[in-house]
Amino acid sequence: MTATRNHVSVTSEGVAPARGESGYMAAAFTPKMLAGAFGLVAVVVLAGEAWAQLNSGAGQAGIMTTLWKWTPLILFGPKGEFGGFVLNIVVSFLAMAIGTISGLVLGLGLISKFGPVRSVAWAITQFFRNSPWLVLLFFVMLLTPFQIRILGLSIPLPAWLKATVGLALPIMANIAEIVRGAVNSIPTGQWESAESLAFSRLQTLWRIILPQCVKRMIPPWMNWYAILTMATPLISIVGVNDAMTLTQDALASEQRTDLLMPMYALLLLFFFVYCYPIARWTIRLERKYAVRI
Amino acid sequence: MEGLWDFLRSLHDAYGINLVHFYDTFERGRMLRGMWTSIKLAAVCIVLSVLIGILGAWLQGSRFKVLKAVVQGYIQFFRNTPPLVQMYFFYFALGPQMPRVVNEYGISQPMLGSFEWAVISLSFFAGAFNIEIFRSGVEAVQRSTVEAAESLGFNRWQIYRYVVLPLAVRVCLPALNNNLVNLIKTTTQAYAIAVPETLFVASQIWSDRINVFEMMVTLLTFYLLLVGIFVWLMTRLERSLRVPGFGQ
Repeated sequence: MTATRNHVSVTSEGVAPARGESGYMAAAFTPKMLAGAFGLVAVVVLAGEAWAQLNSGAGQAGIMTTLWKWTPLILFGPKGEFGGFVLNIVVSFLAMAIGTISGLVLGLGLISKFGPVRSVAWAITQFFRNSPWLVLLFFVMLLTPFQIRILGLSIPLPAWLKATVGLALPIMANIAEIVRGAVNSIPTGQWESAESLAFSRLQTLWRIILPQCVKRMIPPWMNWYAILTMATPLISIVGVNDAMTLTQDALASEQRTDLLMPMYALLLLFFFVYCYPIARWTIRLERKYAVRI
Repeated sequence: MEGLWDFLRSLHDAYGINLVHFYDTFERGRMLRGMWTSIKLAAVCIVLSVLIGILGAWLQGSRFKVLKAVVQGYIQFFRNTPPLVQMYFFYFALGPQMPRVVNEYGISQPMLGSFEWAVISLSFFAGAFNIEIFRSGVEAVQRSTVEAAESLGFNRWQIYRYVVLPLAVRVCLPALNNNLVNLIKTTTQAYAIAVPETLFVASQIWSDRINVFEMMVTLLTFYLLLVGIFVWLMTRLERSLRVPGFGQ
């Protein structure tokens, strides 16, 4: 049992070895947690409501009403524009797709037989893994043009697209590490038997090794997706109309201090409701795919 | 030193490589103060988050269901919400609720400044991960070891302090290392609440001197060095704490 518990997921950045296992943890982890979170926010909101009732005169809308009024804006962005929480999700999907594909290529570079390719891939991986996300985001935002000209055709690069690329870079490096770890976790016997069956290296990799890796890569991959989603509010700092920006806009237009806590709590809740099930699902898959020793 | 600054100045004149943040005394001072703030921020957060981790992991072994549920709620909340929004929540929503104090110039100011709030929010964020990490280490300690300590008359806290924790720390050092590196990288988020750390100062310099690219390279180098030194120290610690008979 100790062996499975110590099993560190294939990525070295698997945050904690095995997220929430053991018996009593599992018991405390029921969907009750979600209900609890809702309850907590409700308490905060109600307390704020009571506070507002005591402090404010007539003519001010209640906290619940105000939150309800702004929820569509924060979730879906201004009418006819692309923004809000939906933008956070779209950015996270796109950045994950870009990061996964480029990370796969980079990861195969990390296990290349050719030395120089391996060194270059290693350098790229280390660079993007160890740089702060926000600095990389600034790097991409400020040092890429706002439009590109190809064959006399000028293609605008919207800020959110550049931000997506900025977020995809660290994901790429971490996915590369996951790929390398997964390939290295396949027993050597698989390589040897493929060789004895006259498979080329490329064929072995593509038809024998990688298909076996997929299962091991899914939990850490999902873990990184959750981390990425929680990093998307960073794009508000570089001026994209995401849920964070819109929450602050709503607060600025309301000019009420009693709204500060409930509004931010609401935004936290949006992210929690989206990310918590992913985290739970990841733990389940991790347990299902765990290598039993 | 002067010679180096002159060389950098000539780089600017000859090639347009603007490293003004090195050769200009004022900008250099600004940048060094920013780097020092980053290092201080990272160091304080590392210490506090590790303390939270140790305490939380101990509380999780407690018999009281309510206490365990509270710790569990804290972990899940901080692990599944964006650290930036947490920081905003602390600074913009909780900050104004705090009592105000009068400083030495007779001006009323909030009790906690942006640096303190950054410390609090980042420590809580990393602490939530640290609890899970320490817990995994605690669980890896053999039951028989704990029983042996019990039979020697140690109480619950003594067992944790003298038997379980020293063993657990060794098991979970690699995971802890990862999380603390992540914490160091996350300190850049303090930029959003105007803590004068490296990224914030760098953005001021590049807006004043229009040397975005050079500043970016300096920034990335600084963080790579910071993380590199930290990882090196942790590896040394790991090696010096190694218990013979475990691992390879």
